Amino acid sequence: MSKRGRRVGMAIAAAAILGTFAYLVYGGIGENLVYFLTPEELMARGDRAYDVPVRLGGQVVPGSVVWNAQAVDLRFAITDGAKTVPVHSSGAPPQMFRDGIGVVVEGRYHRAGVFESTSVMVKHSNEYRAPKHGEKPAEMYRSLTTGSEE
Amino acid sequence: MTHTMEPRVSTATAPRAKGSATLIGALIVLALVAAAQAFGFLTSPPDRDMGHLQKIMYVHVPAAWNAFLAFVVVLAGSVMYLWKREEKWDLLAASAAEVAAVLTALTIALGSIWGRPTWGVWWTWDPRLTSTAILLVIIVGYLALRSFVDEPERRARWSAVVGILGALNVPIVYMSVRWWRTLHQPQSSPSTVDPAYAWGLRLNAIAFLLVMIWLVRARYRAARLERISELAAEREALGGRG
Repeated sequence: MSKRGRRVGMAIAAAAILGTFAYLVYGGIGENLVYFLTPEELMARGDRAYDVPVRLGGQVVPGSVVWNAQAVDLRFAITDGAKTVPVHSSGAPPQMFRDGIGVVVEGRYHRAGVFESTSVMVKHSNEYRAPKHGEKPAEMYRSLTTGSEE
Repeated sequence: MTHTMEPRVSTATAPRAKGSATLIGALIVLALVAAAQAFGFLTSPPDRDMGHLQKIMYVHVPAAWNAFLAFVVVLAGSVMYLWKREEKWDLLAASAAEVAAVLTALTIALGSIWGRPTWGVWWTWDPRLTSTAILLVIIVGYLALRSFVDEPERRARWSAVVGILGALNVPIVYMSVRWWRTLHQPQSSPSTVDPAYAWGLRLNAIAFLLVMIWLVRARYRAARLERISELAAEREALGGRG
């Protein structure tokens, strides 16, 4: 190939790479790439919300956690501020699981109105702090799970 | 064929002197990492949520940052090679790529170890973890490509293109926690952590940076020596005298 031809080829390749990159950044992929739904989005699905594998993210409603260590049975509710979904799990929660923390659960929403979870994951923040007197970390987690898009 | 390597390097003392300098360099950077780790462990109180697990930050975050920096070196070497067509840029990119592969794998392994007790899972296909896995696959692919292509000029050209592609993925990985919903928390930095943790993070990041630079430099020197001996072997095979 001539030197000129090679230059043109390289310019086309560079344009294609940059174009793909720009598409990834500014294009529609952001809308399709949803790791978890919020309770409001799950409810908005109506009939399509039921019995399909889905991830649900939100904040553990303070005071909603019922943990039976003998039966390994966990019940709590997830909220995004707008809607609240009751969750049931037959596994031990992660170490950091507690009232008010962010969580992402995997499983299916059943017609009985309970989300049957196969996996409970804790979503914590990047704000690492030593505890202070009378601190209420729950506030912070609300902002974490109400959506990270601008 | 019987005396392929022997007559090549005339300065017999130079490699030994360089070898001990390299060893001293290695000991110094390792001592710095140990000191920075000790500082982190001795100065940080337990985090209010994760307790002492917070200290994994002092290895995971510096590994991630310096993996990104190694990719910047890959990008610079690749672009410079395509522009100047000088072999040294290709060797620099290849050296940085090996370090980038190690640091990216280390980031994933340490993140996984951190994720299991804090999130509750070793792995999940969220955008941050997935894009980091893609980054690792690209850079391992880069190294595989180099071993498959024998002709140096073609190898340099192809790997420069793959190196640039891999580096373009770095801002996607970095911003993934802002652009999309993830399980992974947003980026940690000295400004998002308690002042009690900030210096532990900074010092370990600097210590890892020195390790990264040291590794790239050592690998680059080895790559140059490999090329010199390859060229010498070629010349000898062609029947020349040296």
